[in-house]
Amino acid sequence: MIYDAIIIGSGGAALSSAISLKQKGFEVLVISKSSNTASQTTQAQGGINAVLNENDSVQSHIDDTLKSASNVGCKSSIEFMCQNAADTIKWLDDLGVPFSKDENNNIAQRALGGASFKRACYSSDYTGLKILHTLFDTSIKLGVKFLFDTYLLDIIVQDSQSKGVIVHNMKNGNVEQYLASNIILSTGGYGGVYYNYTTNSAGNTGDAHIIALNKGATLENMEFVQFHPTALKDKFILVSESARGEGGYLVTKDEKRFVDELLPRDVVAREIYKKMINNEDVFLDIRHLGLEKILHLMPQEYKLCLDYMDLNMDKDLIPITPASHYTMGGIKVNKELQTNIKNLYSIGEASSNGVHGANRLGGNSLLEIITFGRTIVNSIKVDNEVEDKIYDELKIQENYINNILQNNNNENFYKIKNQLGDMMFKNVGLFKDENRLNEALEFVQKQIKNISNFGISDKSKIYNTNLKEFIEFKNSLGICEVIIKSALSRKESRGAHYRVDFDNINKEYDKSTLYNLKDQNV
Amino acid sequence: MSNNIKIINKDYTIDESINNILEALIYLKENQNNELSFKYGCKSGVCGSCAIRVNGVEKLACACSINDNDIIEPLKNLPILKDLIVDDSNIVNKLDQSKSFLEEKSTNDISQSDVDIIDIESNCILCNSCYSSCPVYEVNSDFIGPFALARAYRYIEDKKEQNNKTKLDAIQKSGVWDCTLCGACDLVCPQNITIKDDIMKLQNISVQNGYENPAFSSNAGGFDSFDSGDFGFNPNGF
Repeated sequence: MIYDAIIIGSGGAALSSAISLKQKGFEVLVISKSSNTASQTTQAQGGINAVLNENDSVQSHIDDTLKSASNVGCKSSIEFMCQNAADTIKWLDDLGVPFSKDENNNIAQRALGGASFKRACYSSDYTGLKILHTLFDTSIKLGVKFLFDTYLLDIIVQDSQSKGVIVHNMKNGNVEQYLASNIILSTGGYGGVYYNYTTNSAGNTGDAHIIALNKGATLENMEFVQFHPTALKDKFILVSESARGEGGYLVTKDEKRFVDELLPRDVVAREIYKKMINNEDVFLDIRHLGLEKILHLMPQEYKLCLDYMDLNMDKDLIPITPASHYTMGGIKVNKELQTNIKNLYSIGEASSNGVHGANRLGGNSLLEIITFGRTIVNSIKVDNEVEDKIYDELKIQENYINNILQNNNNENFYKIKNQLGDMMFKNVGLFKDENRLNEALEFVQKQIKNISNFGISDKSKIYNTNLKEFIEFKNSLGICEVIIKSALSRKESRGAHYRVDFDNINKEYDKSTLYNLKDQNV
Repeated sequence: MSNNIKIINKDYTIDESINNILEALIYLKENQNNELSFKYGCKSGVCGSCAIRVNGVEKLACACSINDNDIIEPLKNLPILKDLIVDDSNIVNKLDQSKSFLEEKSTNDISQSDVDIIDIESNCILCNSCYSSCPVYEVNSDFIGPFALARAYRYIEDKKEQNNKTKLDAIQKSGVWDCTLCGACDLVCPQNITIKDDIMKLQNISVQNGYENPAFSSNAGGFDSFDSGDFGFNPNGF
């Protein structure tokens, strides 16, 4: 069986593309490391940007996005996304997403940081969750084929064209081959490599990034990692920007405000981190909104604070910390969303198509994944002749898995994984400098050299999470190396990338950082 | 100080500084037993991956605190793949069975109060806790089951839906009338969805649309047929 398209990932970008492709009659297969609706999209709380109000303008949305991108983004991609935003909302609304409404029965919109108008459409504070589940229901309606609990090991590339994928199916323990005319990587970001310091899901380790890189794709702007200002302290659970958008304050222990809460995320996050370095705790204070408003506008956040912190948002100060949250960088794609390998595409947070540049605006991530998820249908062509045979990559990957299963486990990789998280947050986090970056690079490269010393204890075939997490750890090391090298090469501060030793923007760097195996940094 | 917990019949001791079950599972996997297998994702109660049973009651591991002598087991009523991991392929199958999606969009004007009617139901995270707790699903795997019925309700009551017939048809057989309305699902739903109420409402909506409880129909024996096999499941207690 040769599919028209195989989509790797099952989040908002993946399902939007699956639906659009299926509606056009393409045979698609969705392959995902997680299952059902367990994707990062469900965690997007705040909203999805679109110009719907006559007093707002698409140009203003474009300008806000460009400002945040800080001369690193791609203007035409940003224009495309913003111009199509209203249509994206209509598409979601038509599929059944229950958007919150205003008193005139129009889709309600709220302010998020960096936006010059209230333009984030929302569904209480479960926006991403309700969007994703509606997409999932629609996928089932259309008969989209799913293969869950199955992760990517390799992409079959011949003559610079992708032909299929090799995956590890955790349910049966087999290494399997699936062929398709087009492969779409929509696996989300790589913020999970800041292990223990991230709002990301456990599996966001940039697996597809590393596999694509090894096959000749280029990674772009990997140093731009966004830190969200408000995650619950010690738990690293996201408290949406909507809490500040609706009027929440950031205060110190003596209840004093110290920053304009609606400044861009990176600025707010750095101000909070400065306090934390001085051993001062920082709190989110939304008590003045009152219980009724809190329950109406942010029921999820109220529940999270109660369930995970035993705190009442209407009565208590909520201790918060910045956390790795979103990665602007990714697999470089052109306007057709194609990587530099023919018929290999990437969409959503996994990709870098220039819509976020040096920093992403709140409300633009959901917009990106749906808009470009739908757009892929205009790019793919079923003109790639894929020979229906067993490719060499299958055997190579079977051997790879068998070797890991047979290797001795001399050193506990989980211990190093935790150290890697610490190192990345402290040295490659909100404040970077040459020394800290070099120290982190040395640490990462030492582990890469030492990789044969690590192994796994679980030798079982079915649902071996020890094996999966080991492969994720290896991929994380690769991603961290690229992040650090990219950060070292950008000797300036811009957007989410802040260098203490080069604390100003430098026009020389009005360009993307490109990383591929041939040239390393450019 | 420490807590003793039992995970699938194996005893572990956890330092008191770890007060959350998912954190404990991760700690144990990384430091004591690399083979211990469980699923998790968002760590914040929205991805639905980490549902387990604690002392017999369905919980999200990420949102559950630890107490001394806690017994941790996988969800019930679903095939166990390994340790705490169950096969959740019922999710796609059951949603397909209940036809829980927007069939045909209406042109109705939708207000916030219309959205509110389906607000809680559209917060479902598909964690399978309700299926694990369901005594009907335990004995009848054809039963459409709690989350798929709640989701059918979410679309049937959605003013955006123009055509409810497919869904109403779909939820008659092994659906709304098979539920005993025991409410076990409500007690374990981490999103506080009122599934029992939704199923009762679906029964009423079904009747209003000309469907009838097969337990009352002449073919199934009717009121007087005390020896009917359906009687024990009669939800209304007649």
